[in-house]
Amino acid sequence: MVGGVDKPRTIHPLFVRVTHWVNAFAIFVMVLSGWRIYNASPLFGFEFPKDFTLGGWLAGALAWHFAAMWLLALNGLAYLAYGLVSGHFRRSFMPISLRGAFDDVLFAMRGLLDHAPGRYNAAQRVFYVGVILAVIVAILSGLAIWKPVQLQTLTALMGGYETARRVHFFAMATIVAFLVVHIGLAVSVKGILAPMFTGRAETPR
Amino acid sequence: MKPPRSERLSAFRPQIARLERRLFLKQGLSLGALSLLSGCTLKDDDAVDRLLFAMSRFNDRVQAALFDPAKLAPTYSEADVTTPFPFNAYYEEKDIPLIDGENYRLQLSGLIADKRPWSLGDLRALPQSSQITRLVCVEGWSAIGQWRGVAFRHFLERIGADLTARYVGFKCADKYYSSIDMPSALHPQTLLALDFTDAKYGYPLRLRLPTKLGFKNPKFIGEIFVTNDYPGGYWEDKGYNWFSGS
Repeated sequence: MVGGVDKPRTIHPLFVRVTHWVNAFAIFVMVLSGWRIYNASPLFGFEFPKDFTLGGWLAGALAWHFAAMWLLALNGLAYLAYGLVSGHFRRSFMPISLRGAFDDVLFAMRGLLDHAPGRYNAAQRVFYVGVILAVIVAILSGLAIWKPVQLQTLTALMGGYETARRVHFFAMATIVAFLVVHIGLAVSVKGILAPMFTGRAETPR
Repeated sequence: MKPPRSERLSAFRPQIARLERRLFLKQGLSLGALSLLSGCTLKDDDAVDRLLFAMSRFNDRVQAALFDPAKLAPTYSEADVTTPFPFNAYYEEKDIPLIDGENYRLQLSGLIADKRPWSLGDLRALPQSSQITRLVCVEGWSAIGQWRGVAFRHFLERIGADLTARYVGFKCADKYYSSIDMPSALHPQTLLALDFTDAKYGYPLRLRLPTKLGFKNPKFIGEIFVTNDYPGGYWEDKGYNWFSGS
């Protein structure tokens, strides 16, 4: 990818920026309301701290969850359609290599990984594609537990109602694990957060 | 000239903090339960509450459109039945109402041609069918139970209920109440159950429909009515989604 030299390059297209922040809000609501829903009948031996949940009580959390699901799904579909049609996925995520991602993570941990604005390294490619897949699994497993009769084929594909609940939980856990790294890097690596708002690289090269 | 990065970043912080405060304030407001989505009679005109309420009504319509009257819930074998079957109500198990089956009469009202009350013997004289299905609670847990009784469609036809009406409502001996849409009431697996896995949880009569969440399966039914006026429900009026289909 060759950018302009004099004027700042657009490294994040407007469509990607808008869907990114809409998605960020939707995920924020889905995860925090989902934690409150989880607490109503914990699958595992713990509950999420109430102060880190949304909705106040089960009905409120469900209302948030089933409102924000539309935002998450419609925004996600728009993003997928854009990514496929515009060539954004092909340009940004291909080629994809687990081996390359592993090497990049090792480089990054030694502080040797260069961050080139506008170009995803191998680790970013794998993580971004991975989290997109995790969101898709979260939505499908969510539909499976929301409609185990009407969408019973989907529920069966997810291993049945009780298994689908666990799939939904681990999809959430994958997304949250991604977010810990993603947000950690976004606020700590110099000059990468602002372009997600403005679209432009901070220091044109 | 661009300000340094840290300054521009910090420009977002008050907004983020405000957003967070607002979101957590919502949580505070809805704590103790009842201000959020307070049923049909929204007392405060908070924009977020109104939006969530509108989305819940929208989800009612989506679920009604998604509902396939011919699609049957998966059934299980007797070996799959959950024992003990979990007790669940808005009160504790020790407070379940004790009803005298001998003198029990099911009352009927609303858009029903023949409103004569029914004794348990009358109900048992009707054709009985049974099902082993999964009950899914709004809390997330599920349990497999067995229910036996009268196909609700048959009963509604028998009493001359207006099958074009929108709602069937239930009033229960434990002061619980709920309502369902007519298409769900007419679903082949919707049962007016007389016998069930844990009979004391609902004796002598409960509704069983595997196409809706557990709280839409009222227990200890004392009266059934048919209406076109939205009847709401105990949990529905507190903010739970009304359709709550499975």
